[in-house]
Amino acid sequence: MLENFLNQFWPATVDGLSLGAIYALVALGYTMVYGVLRLINFAHSEVFMVGTVAALFTLTTLGVSGQLGGVALIGMLLFIAVVAIVASGVTAVGLEYIAYRPLRKRGGSRLAALISAIGASLFLQQLFALLVIPGLFNLPQEGGRLPVQAPGWVLRSDVISIGDFIVRNDKLLVVVAAVVMMVALDQFVERTKLGRGIRATAQSPENAVLMGVNIDRIITATFAIGGAMAGVAAALYLMRFEETNYFVGFLLGIKAFTAAVLGGIGNLRGALLGGLVLGLIEMYGSAIFGSEWQHVVAFVVLVLVLMFRPTGILGESLQQARA
Amino acid sequence: MRHRTIVRLGAALAAASLALTACGGGEEQGGAAGGASPGAAGTVKIGLMGDLTGENSGIVIPLRNAAQLAFEEYNATNPATKIEMVEYDSQGVPEQATALAQQAINTDKIVGLIGPAFSGESRQVGPILEEGMIPSVTASATNPGLAENGWKYWHRIVGNDNSQGSAVAEYMTRALGTKKAFVIHDNQEYSKGVADVVNQTLGGSGVTIETDVIDPQGSDYASTVNKVKAAAPDAIFYGGYYAQAGRLLKQLRDGGVEATFLSGDGSLDDGLAKGAGGTNADGAIVSCPCLIDPTGKAGPASKKLADAYKAKFNSETAIYSGEGYDAATAFIEAVKAGKTDTASINEYLKTIDIPGVTKQIKFAENGEPATSDVYVYLFEGPSYSLLGNTKEAEKPAA
Repeated sequence: MLENFLNQFWPATVDGLSLGAIYALVALGYTMVYGVLRLINFAHSEVFMVGTVAALFTLTTLGVSGQLGGVALIGMLLFIAVVAIVASGVTAVGLEYIAYRPLRKRGGSRLAALISAIGASLFLQQLFALLVIPGLFNLPQEGGRLPVQAPGWVLRSDVISIGDFIVRNDKLLVVVAAVVMMVALDQFVERTKLGRGIRATAQSPENAVLMGVNIDRIITATFAIGGAMAGVAAALYLMRFEETNYFVGFLLGIKAFTAAVLGGIGNLRGALLGGLVLGLIEMYGSAIFGSEWQHVVAFVVLVLVLMFRPTGILGESLQQARA
Repeated sequence: MRHRTIVRLGAALAAASLALTACGGGEEQGGAAGGASPGAAGTVKIGLMGDLTGENSGIVIPLRNAAQLAFEEYNATNPATKIEMVEYDSQGVPEQATALAQQAINTDKIVGLIGPAFSGESRQVGPILEEGMIPSVTASATNPGLAENGWKYWHRIVGNDNSQGSAVAEYMTRALGTKKAFVIHDNQEYSKGVADVVNQTLGGSGVTIETDVIDPQGSDYASTVNKVKAAAPDAIFYGGYYAQAGRLLKQLRDGGVEATFLSGDGSLDDGLAKGAGGTNADGAIVSCPCLIDPTGKAGPASKKLADAYKAKFNSETAIYSGEGYDAATAFIEAVKAGKTDTASINEYLKTIDIPGVTKQIKFAENGEPATSDVYVYLFEGPSYSLLGNTKEAEKPAA
């Protein structure tokens, strides 16, 4: 057991970080919406799924056939990321307008919004399985539930190779991109006017209104930003795994939500930390106990952390962030 | 899926006409048949259950097609009693399968069932069929435990996982010279069953084995890849279905693992090559207790089915189409012999002994087929071809 852990330590670390980086980007969507609305947007997993489908459709439409490496890979990744950001962002904002805003305007309880979120999630999954995926990729209708593969477009090569510590280009890109997006978002919330509006709404919606903040606009922006981050995650996911399906968001969404809670829900930096920690725990746990224990180990650690730090590792939330 | 809609509609009509005629005490059957064939004793319904639209439907569609072909050929001879095939799309989910089985017995009044296609759903549906006294012939559920329930109405026309697992393990040691193996499965009933037998048989011949388990819903198999890399085996056996097998194989090859990849019948689909991407699946060897023979080299019956299948569906015969055809033939022979109720059909299946496409259609006391051989297939490009019987096939040229 311990021997397994030791001889797989470096590969597990690299894979854990690259897995965790995707969790972290998706976790941002959960954490931002929660910070502002106190709502767990369970349909966020489908926001991610829509992004992967849009990115995959772009790849097949462009007819990318050769394997790309280096600058070409980064360029193509940026391009599909832009498409995925738009698709995911529009989906997230659409969800807010259709599934949440009407409930809020009529004074629906938070529980009603939660049910609405679950409904929207199932609706999107089945819509994609039955219509969108078969339609976009020219599959027979029963093919909508099968995984759809991208053409092999990523040329994988080792960027760093020191003994056991081998970092492949795609894994490195995932982590770097996630950290860059994270820092950019953090600065955005800290420094811009819109960011101040988001923080103000998170602290106290009533007072924010009195101070002239347009709350509806802030909420729309929050969903759009969360969706955009899921779009980035979707593009990275497609680079790593080169396939998607209608159900791809489900497990990943649960894990991202877990990462958000682990890091401290409502806290942007917590989402990054939670994602990376969760990814590492899963990979270390798999190395020690076997891959079938991956989820068990992850959730045991979550429970332990919450027992001692009920607000997550960082705890401090978006509302308490220094102005 | 126009066809299925029609069948469903037919089933609904039949149910409606039953309800109507029940009051008048008129004939009970004939509504769905459209009232053709005058003077006919009517129509009996044979169900077909399996994953027709789900993730692993690629394994079930060919057997559905072949069964449909068999029934259509039979109905075209204008027999006294026609057979209507009613489809039940369980998506391979046991909970859905049990609900559909109740519907099949109580509402649709089927007299026999082809399927369920997978072992997990078979285990759940078996007791329901037993209670409803519905004879079943599965063409693809290969879990050995199914034969040990003492079910009197259950049969299969395909060799079980024990026969497959031990045959492929022997092939690994004999033809491939495997000394160090890595056995992976996805913890589903079928997958674990076949992987366990491979494990035991390899262990019995002194092969060093390491194991791991993957999550079929997961997408990142990095931890498994790391374990395989650390173990550096000559061969990897994966017990599971093609969607995950393709994903796993891709990540293994991307991770630089070169070892020969083997798997069982659940992975025998072009989807494996598609999922693995590029040329990753080239050289993968997949075993199956089924005979897939689109060129008809195994014999004239095989050739005849391949041609008819191609003419009707514009595609080659694939996994379990021969077995699906044989399962349908078993019921057709029963109906031909004038058996149209569940009890007499079941009695007939005990005595049936006729040549089928894949093997002699003959069942042992416990419902298992009387004979079974295991074949290995080699992936090359987007598809696979027959390598031969595990007892004789050699290592493919690199």
